[in-house]
Amino acid sequence: MPPFLFWIFALLMLVFGAAVVINRNPIASALNLVVSFLGLAALFISLDAYFIGIIQVLVYAGAIMVLFLFIIMLLDLRAEKLRKINWVASAGGVVVAFALLMQIFYVVGRFKSAGQPFPRMPGSTVDDVHNIGLLLFGNYNLPFQIIGVVILVATIGVIVLSRRELR
Amino acid sequence: MVTLGDYLIVSGILFTIGFAGVMLRRNIIIIFMSLELMLNAANLSLVAFSRFHVDPAGAPNYNAQVFVFFIITVAAAEVAVGLAIIVALFRARQTTHVEDITSLRF
Repeated sequence: MPPFLFWIFALLMLVFGAAVVINRNPIASALNLVVSFLGLAALFISLDAYFIGIIQVLVYAGAIMVLFLFIIMLLDLRAEKLRKINWVASAGGVVVAFALLMQIFYVVGRFKSAGQPFPRMPGSTVDDVHNIGLLLFGNYNLPFQIIGVVILVATIGVIVLSRRELR
Repeated sequence: MVTLGDYLIVSGILFTIGFAGVMLRRNIIIIFMSLELMLNAANLSLVAFSRFHVDPAGAPNYNAQVFVFFIITVAAAEVAVGLAIIVALFRARQTTHVEDITSLRF
């Protein structure tokens, strides 16, 4: 992937990710999050992870965001009214986030492999679904089945939680 | 040339945006979306490391991609349960503002 495409998609993802946090209207936030996830899927594909990129589009930008939008419309949320801002808490949040960012820059700057470009891949990457499937059903068979149980528990839990009389 | 560090920096900035969202926003749904941003930032660095460690046969390290697959699956289940809790909370209190939901009693 040419470098300028990487920077375009990274910038797209970060700008729309920031818009999620900045927007006051929850629906606008959710739509910005969709664009941010699409940019992230493009970055996955730029790393030759086609399967993960497609899963990202299908599951995140498709299913999860539809769920978010559905709930926002179900609750009929409007743009929130401006409240009195707790300046101490806000300043604390900004300072902690900034410290975290500086820490990440420092660690990545000291990381020796960070300056190296990605090695070339002589093999074809078209069969990555095949390889991931082999790992998933061979080496990671037990975690895969546990994931199935987790989804079953989540389904039952959601049904129990969304019943009318919660007693 | 795009290096591993570029991907890690982008991932770190995305994580920080999500973290700032959790710290600064007071709408519980926006906080939940920011959590998703943080999960995705972790996924991005995992996939970058997967592509960085190419084995002699010329394939990336697929263990990381399986891990990302698991993270996405668990995140989907987590979003479903979390949104159900938010709906139940909204029915009880008619608000999504976290400062209005401070008592532990239902």
